[in-house]
Amino acid sequence: MRHLLSTRDLTRDEAIGILDVAEDMADVARRAVPKLPTLQGRTVANLFFEDSTRTRLSFEAAAKRLSADVITLSAKGSSVSKGEGLKDTAQTIAAMGVDAVVIRHGASGAARTLADGGWIDAAIVNAGDGTHEHPTQGLLDAYTMRKARHGDASRGRDLDGLRVTIVGDILHSRVARSNLWLLSALGAEVTLVAPATLLPTGVETWPATVRHDLDDALAEKPDVVMMLRIQAERMNAAFFPNEREYAREWGLDDARFARLPADTMVMHPGPMIRGLEIAASAADAANSLVLDQVTNGVSIRMAVLYLVLSSGPNARGGAA
Amino acid sequence: MTTILIQGATLPDGSRTDLAIRDGVFVASGDATGATVIDAAGLQALPGLVDLHTHLREPGFEQSETVLTGSRAAAAGGFTAVHAMANTSPVADTAGVVEQVASLGHQHGYVTVRPIGAVTIGLAGERLAEIGAMARSRAAVRVFSDDGKCVHDALLMRRALEYVKTFDGVVAQHAQEPRLTEGAQMNEGALASELGLTGWPAVAEESIIARDVLLADAVGARLHVCHVSTAGSVDVVRWAKARGIAVTAEVTPHHLLLTEDTARSYDARFKVNPPLRRDEDVAALRAALADGTIDIVATDHAPHPVESKESAWAEASFGMVGLESALSVVQTAMVDTGLIGWSDVARVLSSAPAAIGRLEGYATPFELGAPAHVTLVDPAARSTFGVDHLRGRSVNSPYLGLELPGRVIATVHAGVPTVLDGALRDPEEVARG
Repeated sequence: MRHLLSTRDLTRDEAIGILDVAEDMADVARRAVPKLPTLQGRTVANLFFEDSTRTRLSFEAAAKRLSADVITLSAKGSSVSKGEGLKDTAQTIAAMGVDAVVIRHGASGAARTLADGGWIDAAIVNAGDGTHEHPTQGLLDAYTMRKARHGDASRGRDLDGLRVTIVGDILHSRVARSNLWLLSALGAEVTLVAPATLLPTGVETWPATVRHDLDDALAEKPDVVMMLRIQAERMNAAFFPNEREYAREWGLDDARFARLPADTMVMHPGPMIRGLEIAASAADAANSLVLDQVTNGVSIRMAVLYLVLSSGPNARGGAA
Repeated sequence: MTTILIQGATLPDGSRTDLAIRDGVFVASGDATGATVIDAAGLQALPGLVDLHTHLREPGFEQSETVLTGSRAAAAGGFTAVHAMANTSPVADTAGVVEQVASLGHQHGYVTVRPIGAVTIGLAGERLAEIGAMARSRAAVRVFSDDGKCVHDALLMRRALEYVKTFDGVVAQHAQEPRLTEGAQMNEGALASELGLTGWPAVAEESIIARDVLLADAVGARLHVCHVSTAGSVDVVRWAKARGIAVTAEVTPHHLLLTEDTARSYDARFKVNPPLRRDEDVAALRAALADGTIDIVATDHAPHPVESKESAWAEASFGMVGLESALSVVQTAMVDTGLIGWSDVARVLSSAPAAIGRLEGYATPFELGAPAHVTLVDPAARSTFGVDHLRGRSVNSPYLGLELPGRVIATVHAGVPTVLDGALRDPEEVARG
């Protein structure tokens, strides 16, 4: 794998391959010394043009468990905030000799532009680009679902027939997009639930069932309910009237959660806004997988870094 | 001045003839003794092309283009006149700026440079610019536009239409409802949703055109619609013309050939305002140009420095250069497809834009005594469009690497050859006349 830019272009087999490597990485984490020498002497740069604590820490932990050296650049207080563009920042980092660049950027397509620009040779891992994709989040979510369903027998399996309902701001969510493409490649059935204002134009062409009414969607007893974060600033842009109305119509509140079967997987990519899109009772329930998602995120990112740096032109000694 | 004899050219109507030029006008062949002879066997003669929508960038953005470099790009593309948009720095909203731009064009001599005046001061959409002063200046401005921005305030647009009418001018509207296009990056639709790029809805263009044709009707003024890009806009313009409303419309070469699919690469060379649309829109625009609903092709030549395009899509500038490629793109999209013939090309790229801009000398091309503006093109030539085809200062062309038909062999502006044997002539030679 040369880069990881999106889940849209992953085949079923490629996706299962990544999930299986992540299983191996998870095994490492359970050892007395949870560290592999695999990427010793390799350098991973975390290029975060947009604020993110969770994803950045997860990638850092993943790189360090593979013994890679890690350089982290966050936008605030750096040359980026002084107006330096993507190309110059990337070339500067590359000139320091990095093997992989993990990039988070507010502009959709930034990771692809970095990969195609001919500016640097490093492997590019998309850690979230605008409202386009967040492929490692999609992968860790699929991993989490597969683990919850198949446990130790997960290797080699897809998500055939798993019914996943994703609720919230689909329009602005890169997590929803990465999940949708990946889950449907893996054979899951996806339902999207949102007000019409928060659904993208052309959503009817996506491989998903679209609903507006959350209660109707939950009455079908999906295997997975994934709640997306709702950003308060959307209110000002007239996507919905106010937080209370949103929570009433599209929040996973106590009553809705209570009606779900006890084995429904409740997921959220974080950070959660309790009381708005998800009630505390749901977030903290035994069937909430929110913390599993975080744990599995490290395994997935280890797998991705390993795969982009150990095969193809990025492998040590390989073609430049 | 040069005396030129063009032998055996094919005129737009298909007839073959010799064209003699002396002292800047067409003369009888017998009066062309000692002429420079151009063998035009197999070449298509067109009246000099007129662009109603060019960004020359000077004053203010000379790193992108200047009047000289843009004039050279125009001549290389077969143009003999361009209308220079007002969004310079300072904005062309006073007589001083438009006279300066016109005079630079005259001095260089490659093309007639007709400045377009701003409708509102600083393109801010708040107060009318000194339209009368620009109209009565030596630049004799007749086209007024805030292009790049829409005159979105309905009352101001109404007043602009009425006031410009006083000077026999026309408002060229950049139809873009600003609130519906906040942060917009590409055509709204399934592809934009997949790519995570904020959509630019067709209705943002169509609603402004609908309002403006009704306003033009109400006040009895002329309206010109810049760069029509959607099938819905075509419907509105067709309806307005059927009602007898004095509206004219333009389409760009790129909207006749390219679609939103080019955005899939996130290559910002394809980022343009208005955005590239769907296949259905391209088909509707071609049909509308063929049936006369759309009156003209205008390039919206929009040069940008390399750094404005070497970035993430959302951070890149809107616009593409188009003067050098316009005729080839029209040939491939319209002529080679059988939708129009060369006499239609002469209309949509010369006489009609000249009439809209009230530019004299283009009404009776090739007639004895008429100003000698002529372009010779070899329609049988084919080449891969490359940076070497670009003659302006910027290289942000969406056609690089694409095989296109047609090659401009000669351009003559007011009797002065600006392109000979397919090569641009030097500035000193052209300026001498």
